[in-house]
Amino acid sequence: MFRNQYDTDVTTWSPTGRLFQVEYAMEAVKQGSAAIGLRSRSHVVLACVNKAQSELSSHQKKIFKVDDHIGVAIAGLTADGRVLSRYMRSEAINHSFTYESPLHVGRLVVHLADKAQVCTQRSWKRPYGVGLLVGGLDESGAHLYYNCPSGNYFEYQAFAIGSRSQAAKTYLERRFESFGDSSREDLIKDAILAVRETLQGETLKSSLCTVSVLGVGEPFHFLDQETIQKVIDTFEKVPEDEEGEAGEGEAEAAAAAPAEQGGGGAGVGEPFHFLDQETIQKVIDTFEKVPEDEEGEAGEGEAEAAAAAPAEQGGGGAGDQDVAPMEM
Amino acid sequence: MTFTIPIDNGDSVKNAEADSQRTLYPYVTGTSIVAIKYKDGVLMASDMGGSYGSTLRYKNIERMKAIGKHSLLGASGEISDFQEILRYLDELVLNDNMWDDGNSLGPKEVHNYLTRVMYNRRNKFNPLWNTLVLGGVKNGESYLGMVSMIGVSFEDNHVATGFGNHLARPILRDEWHADLSFEDGVKLLEKCMRVLLYRDRSAINKLQIAKITEEGVTVSQPYSLKTFWEFKAFNNPTAGAEGSW
Repeated sequence: MFRNQYDTDVTTWSPTGRLFQVEYAMEAVKQGSAAIGLRSRSHVVLACVNKAQSELSSHQKKIFKVDDHIGVAIAGLTADGRVLSRYMRSEAINHSFTYESPLHVGRLVVHLADKAQVCTQRSWKRPYGVGLLVGGLDESGAHLYYNCPSGNYFEYQAFAIGSRSQAAKTYLERRFESFGDSSREDLIKDAILAVRETLQGETLKSSLCTVSVLGVGEPFHFLDQETIQKVIDTFEKVPEDEEGEAGEGEAEAAAAAPAEQGGGGAGVGEPFHFLDQETIQKVIDTFEKVPEDEEGEAGEGEAEAAAAAPAEQGGGGAGDQDVAPMEM
Repeated sequence: MTFTIPIDNGDSVKNAEADSQRTLYPYVTGTSIVAIKYKDGVLMASDMGGSYGSTLRYKNIERMKAIGKHSLLGASGEISDFQEILRYLDELVLNDNMWDDGNSLGPKEVHNYLTRVMYNRRNKFNPLWNTLVLGGVKNGESYLGMVSMIGVSFEDNHVATGFGNHLARPILRDEWHADLSFEDGVKLLEKCMRVLLYRDRSAINKLQIAKITEEGVTVSQPYSLKTFWEFKAFNNPTAGAEGSW
């Protein structure tokens, strides 16, 4: 798609009857990492690929529980997805409270679609940049829907969205006719195999994917790493040099990276505090050979501007230059 | 053209003038409703009287109505409030039907919705002066519940409102059992209604029995119960007390 003069705002039609901003929003969905959904008559499985920004960070949560009988997997702008998940949870719980009955997933997706449509018809809004795979139970059995930024929704037997989802879709297209009568275990296996397709050659490990299940008599829940790995082991030979990363493949973003900047630190049972110069220096000494003419200037190499240098500037007089003490 | 602006006197708890805008006492009231679960669903009985204080003013009031496909609502208490509730439920059922998606409101949902309405009105000190009985069948499961004007709500195998609580429930506790046939169910309800007819001054001898099963709701034509007044004690009431009349 190329830039053109009709794509500046969402309330401008192109002469060929297109709303480019809405189409661009659908592009955003394709940029997110893959999410896959499939259903049988009684169960729905949602799976996604855990892609982290970098090796240092954890992956983002892409599958959310909306209620015991509804789950949603997202692809695209995860922030938009989180907000919509919160909306879905609130609709579900309000219905539950008033009617003491679970909200029909078919009605929830219509509410969601109507909400998305509003953003395609207001000049001061932008479309949501996230695609949602909503899986849920209703009186007539298990259902899987796809809600897109345009405000449309479709029902599917199986679907995949996000980057390299075409590979998963091809796999699902070959197999979908059998999903209706699949057992729960086969459905899970097919979901994981579909995830593998999107990895294009990378070895599948349980830390790379998150899988969730819901069904008749089975409330929504995530499968743990071991269970996923067992399924993977039935079809994948794990090469010797890759250790099984038990990892945090679970969608718990929060727990992953407690802050450790600079000379300060915090941990379980240990309130935040700064490390003193000696302690830091001792650590440095374990790997750095200090040349003789430089007296130990406690390295403030860390990001703590304020505290790291309490009046120990200019060294113990051993420095050649007169170093002006730092103004605090 | 003139408009009258509705006067908002605010909070009716603190402002006496606002009292004219909330329910203080009932005016036209219906008496007991008695209902039981039976083999195929739920049976409900009520008479057709509407009392204006101690006057039996209206004798053709239907106090039981079908709600949607799966429920039956019976009400005792203020008739105008019952009609208001029917309007709320009408809107609820209409919106449910407009979805046109194969899903429909069952008796449990209607009962809980009514509980929320009644309780919220009570919290505003402006109750709907009714005790409601909600029965229904959906997907083979029978449901029977009750909500009072203060929002007390529960389910049971047999329920009764007003005088029915005191006169009918003891009979039901002794004689109700699961899987009553239609005929036995009707006989049991008629027994309760007869006692109420003898002893409740606001009851009239013109009753309807409604049935709800998986197939739907049917409300019978009004009919009357046979009564017997030739008890010896009624014939000569002062026999045991000389000098009384």
